[in-house]
Amino acid sequence: MNIQDYKGVFVFAQQVDNVLSGIALELVGKGKDLAKDLGTEVTAVLVGSGVGALADELAEYGADKVIVVDDPELAEYRTEPYAHALASVINEFKPEIFLVGATAIGRDLGPRVSARIHTGLTADCTQLEIGDFPINPIPGKEQLHNQLLMTRPAFGGNTIATIACPDFRPQMATVRPGVMQKAPREAGKKAVVVEYNPGFTPNNKYVEILKVVKAVSDVADIMDAKILVSGGRGVGSPENFKLLEDLAEVLGGTVSCSRAVVDAGWKPKDLQVGQTGKTVRPNVYFAIGISGAIQHVAGMEESDIIIAINKDETAPIFEVADYGIVGDLNKILPALTETLKAEIANK
Amino acid sequence: MKIVVCIKQVPDTKGGVKFNPDGTLDRGAMLTIMNPDDKAGLEAALRLKDQYGAEVTVVTMGLPKAEEVLREAMAMGADKGILVTDRVLGGADTWATSQTLAGAIRNLEYDLIITGRQAIDGDTAQVGPQISEHLGIPVISYAQKIEIEGNSVIVERQYDDRYHVLKAQMPCLITALAELNEPRYMTPGGIFDAYDAEITVWGRADLKDVEDSNLGLKGSPTQIAKASDKVRKGAGEKVTLDPTEAVNYIVDKLKVKHVI
Repeated sequence: MNIQDYKGVFVFAQQVDNVLSGIALELVGKGKDLAKDLGTEVTAVLVGSGVGALADELAEYGADKVIVVDDPELAEYRTEPYAHALASVINEFKPEIFLVGATAIGRDLGPRVSARIHTGLTADCTQLEIGDFPINPIPGKEQLHNQLLMTRPAFGGNTIATIACPDFRPQMATVRPGVMQKAPREAGKKAVVVEYNPGFTPNNKYVEILKVVKAVSDVADIMDAKILVSGGRGVGSPENFKLLEDLAEVLGGTVSCSRAVVDAGWKPKDLQVGQTGKTVRPNVYFAIGISGAIQHVAGMEESDIIIAINKDETAPIFEVADYGIVGDLNKILPALTETLKAEIANK
Repeated sequence: MKIVVCIKQVPDTKGGVKFNPDGTLDRGAMLTIMNPDDKAGLEAALRLKDQYGAEVTVVTMGLPKAEEVLREAMAMGADKGILVTDRVLGGADTWATSQTLAGAIRNLEYDLIITGRQAIDGDTAQVGPQISEHLGIPVISYAQKIEIEGNSVIVERQYDDRYHVLKAQMPCLITALAELNEPRYMTPGGIFDAYDAEITVWGRADLKDVEDSNLGLKGSPTQIAKASDKVRKGAGEKVTLDPTEAVNYIVDKLKVKHVI
């Protein structure tokens, strides 16, 4: 492998049902920053069936170039044809960096692709930057410049590690959704579009999709909410979530919850914040009756303002809260909702 | 049917993590457990054994002490245990780990390989899919339900807003989530037998069709540039107030921050 042959920042533009996933635009945004630091371009790799029309949207969010791999075999996500698509694109176009979303699709696809092309893959990154490796010069060891430094939490969020991939290309990472910022949309902006099809011949690794069952869900995506009113086991019962829903309604927010609440069957999994749920960073995060286990904190600590209400003054949530109130949520919440209603009505 | 289950001994991160004075993890001070997703994978294999009849072999890579999780697995009902341990395998990233496990599994007959989705220490979820790639077999990750039909396996695979019912030819690799099932307890008889059971120990020389350049720290494409205890933004204010005061306090903060 001649590392010098590998140029440019590529991102996997995940789409589902021919709608771009939020992570696709987040990766284009981050990829653009990295490309700027390297003096190169960001290329979005769009894989699916009949997806070409999405190239314009990727361009408007900052993609300089879009490679479209369009084939009927790619209509619904399956590991093998998608892995073949990405591995072929990498072998053909030789990017120095390749980013994939750490979604259910990306965390299945990324390892398969990295293993096929023999490079490193860093999982679930929360920070990416261009820098030197080793970070500080070490006598007798060459310090490499313009390396991708990939930072990620490990050990259940207790430690944080920065990883490099100095000797293999592309440098690959899966990136946690909701962490990177998409760039502002520039209407009418165009990208260079390249069609590429490596050919898809089913083999033993192709699985057959017998059925696709979509969960019918009318709940708002908690990752898009500006205000989240999140409840934990301390809320006491599913019925008592009414108090949180009322507060959320007054503020135009959304209700979310901790893992304990999902495990107890009080709320569905798509409302769960935390390491095994979703990562959120709203403007305001209310943590109501949430003790604040490290796995939960990992999913919400980037919120702009964290307000915690808990009757247990030793609850670890107070260690990350900007404003912590030791008190009874059953008394505070109804009064808070009424007061806010009056405040907003008087504006 | 022959099923291979990959399991890992991990520090129990639930109880918090202990550090040495130099900032490295004090693994010795932490309790170890069988990784929860792996335990669910083992349980899934044991249920297939109960339902269809199967021989279940558990494989782990780690320090000699990792033998403990093999014995635990055998006390739950696994038939054979294989420990892959060798100094030259240490410091492996997911590439080198998956190469090692694939090298071990090539010595075995298998229809199905089950791994946990991810280990609670590394949280990468990469080793299972990478093993399948090295072995050239299909992978289905995040299994919620597993059934056997002739030469195929039928699996429900979870995504964010949907699930797929997938049919894959065996041999096939499946990754399991802790939510898949409630693992059984070890039985007293099982514990007794597992204590005496013979564990197969393999080193570097026993791995099949793997190059040295793909093993251990030296065979790992990713390298650690920096590792540290996580810096958190730290606690803000904490106040104990009666409900009326608490309401005023919160409304005040929301106004100052221009939320309302």
